Amino acid sequence: MAEYQNIFTRLQVRGPLYAGTPIEAHTAFSRSSAPRFSHLFGRLGDAQVGPIYLGISGLAALICGFIAFEIIGLNMWASVGWDPVQFLRQLPWLALEPPAPAYGLRIPPLAEGGWWLLAGFFLTASILLWWTRIYLRARALGLGSHTAWAFAAAIWLYLVLGFIRPLLMGSWAEAVPFGIFPHLDWTAAFSLRYGNLFYNPFHMLSIVFLYGSTLLFAMHGATVLATSRYGAERELEQIADRGTAFERGGLFWRWTMGFCASAESIHRWAWWFAVLCPLTGGIGILLTGTVVDNWYIWGQHHGLVPDYPATWGPVVDPATLPGAPK
Amino acid sequence: MTDKIEGEGDDAKMVSDKVDTGKGVLFPVALVVVAGGTLLGISALRGMDRPPVVGVQRGFRGTAMDQIYNPRTINALASQLKIPKSLPPASPDGIKAAVAYKNVQVLKNLSVAQFTRLMVSLTNWVAPKQGCAYCHNVANMAWDGLYTKVVARRMIQMTQNINQNWQSHVQNVGVTCYTCHGGNPVPKNIWFNSPGQIAATGAAETQTAMAHPSGVINDSSLPYDPFTPYLEQASDIRVQGTTALPTDNLHSIKQTEGTYALMIHFGQALGVNCTYCHNTESFGDWSRSSPARVNAWYGIRMVRDVNNAYMNSLHDVFPAYRKGELGDNAKVNCTTCHQGLFKPLYGVSMVQTFPELRTTQTAVLASATPSAAPTLAEAPAAPPMQPAGPTPATAPHS
Repeated sequence: MAEYQNIFTRLQVRGPLYAGTPIEAHTAFSRSSAPRFSHLFGRLGDAQVGPIYLGISGLAALICGFIAFEIIGLNMWASVGWDPVQFLRQLPWLALEPPAPAYGLRIPPLAEGGWWLLAGFFLTASILLWWTRIYLRARALGLGSHTAWAFAAAIWLYLVLGFIRPLLMGSWAEAVPFGIFPHLDWTAAFSLRYGNLFYNPFHMLSIVFLYGSTLLFAMHGATVLATSRYGAERELEQIADRGTAFERGGLFWRWTMGFCASAESIHRWAWWFAVLCPLTGGIGILLTGTVVDNWYIWGQHHGLVPDYPATWGPVVDPATLPGAPK
Repeated sequence: MTDKIEGEGDDAKMVSDKVDTGKGVLFPVALVVVAGGTLLGISALRGMDRPPVVGVQRGFRGTAMDQIYNPRTINALASQLKIPKSLPPASPDGIKAAVAYKNVQVLKNLSVAQFTRLMVSLTNWVAPKQGCAYCHNVANMAWDGLYTKVVARRMIQMTQNINQNWQSHVQNVGVTCYTCHGGNPVPKNIWFNSPGQIAATGAAETQTAMAHPSGVINDSSLPYDPFTPYLEQASDIRVQGTTALPTDNLHSIKQTEGTYALMIHFGQALGVNCTYCHNTESFGDWSRSSPARVNAWYGIRMVRDVNNAYMNSLHDVFPAYRKGELGDNAKVNCTTCHQGLFKPLYGVSMVQTFPELRTTQTAVLASATPSAAPTLAEAPAAPPMQPAGPTPATAPHS
């Protein structure tokens, strides 16, 4: 007998195609494309695709995002002499780098960071427009704006890294390059330059919320899946009754750790953990270089650094010795 | 479970009864996903060592001061290592080389026996296949017309300088020609100024001197020529702040990426990871670093000295085919000597049996009159068509 289970289910649940809750038609753009079924999507979740609402903000976001994507991609392609094979082969290494430190906050020539500024402008515009779209769609459906504010938390970290902190430091060069490996190398260099980011308390908090999010997600997901044999995905009908999947899920956690979240509060936990990860991380980045120059030494001053016994004899900086070569 | 999902209403239909497995769609999609994932995985694994590797603890427990060695790499390097036996010592007695031969400028106060022994050794170390004729016109050994002879003389001076004045780096182990040359007329590991990336011209941002894969930087996206700024020029390597709060440290993240690239070169050249010198909790803190970092600090200065005072002084001597794309002469970096080993030749000291390579004093001949020998600057930049004279260099100088 076939069973309905989510992700790679062996069956497909297909209701009648549904255009969605009627909303006030207050814009020239409305939901487009008739909804249809997709077997592949049905394997992953709901088999119905669409209708999609693009709207002015969505369309503008896509256009701005496309411009940024093209600026980045074409500069990368030019950096391998328009060679399509080398472009594909080297793609993970290629970069669009911010201007050199000598330019400060001035606008450099296109080939020396100007394209980076342009790409950053259009990417930021695209992201902010997409945020607007998410906010407006949630409101139009009569939803809370939780999704928009969660997205805003990620945008905060993005803006700190690429815009706010460079402004405070007085140099575009402090910002992150566009590129797959380059932005990772930048991250390592950022920590090296500012004396080890692991001693930055806000970085610590950000890691707590990052790993905490995965833990909460695993606990929540496991609880729902484990109780789905009692129909846990139908929350509302179950909250009030005894012996339901919800009751059993809560009991499980009270048995194992003496405390359980409620059906609503677990989502608040998850939302706050997820949102606080980029919020605290952004604060940590913002303080780096502007308020603290070396997090390790800062940590030494504030009792964060354990004093390990010396393994070698005293090691002295040779540059401080008399007669040292330059 | 039932055929129908409860609560979905009468409209819910289970199409599973028709067994719509969707294999036609799923298989190609799965294939693309698996193939893409495999490619990404392989590209991410480039340059990584498969287990087992060996970790050696070198610092206090819990500080992760470990050296990671790949035993297969170490065995391969060790089996490639060939250290030539030194010739038996020669008598210091007898007539001096400067008296016996024409145009001896550096090894003046060696006896003829010592001089000959060193010349034979030098041939074995540098040009074992080509023999004496690689540097000498055998009809006139004193002739400076071959560029290789002028280079070899300067390299002997360099070797002496390293062993005498850079003991802070080479310590008592010292170097000989073989350390770098290893039986090759041109050392295997040399470098030239980078001509940059082959890129389009125009308004695109293409010349950032970084973000292209290169073995020099262990296939990272860091600046791919860390040698010119740090091992020829003397750009700032120290970028980290030395105070908790901002003061006057204006070093940028881009400069840090340059330093990082140089450090990757050190690790590759010596076959070690960061913690060989640094405690990674604070890279800049000397009091938490290993003594090897002091040695490396002198090594950087030594390499700069070698490149500027010796290699670059031969710029006009090297023929064009020995030069780089920008027309610059070959230069050395850490790999030139170390070749993947934490000590070149695993610390075997060949120079012990060649005391004449440990001092610059061989050029001083106490009884000699002021030399009229041509200085380096006067040496011909290219070999003339004909040998300068018929006199055999081996003939005693009367």
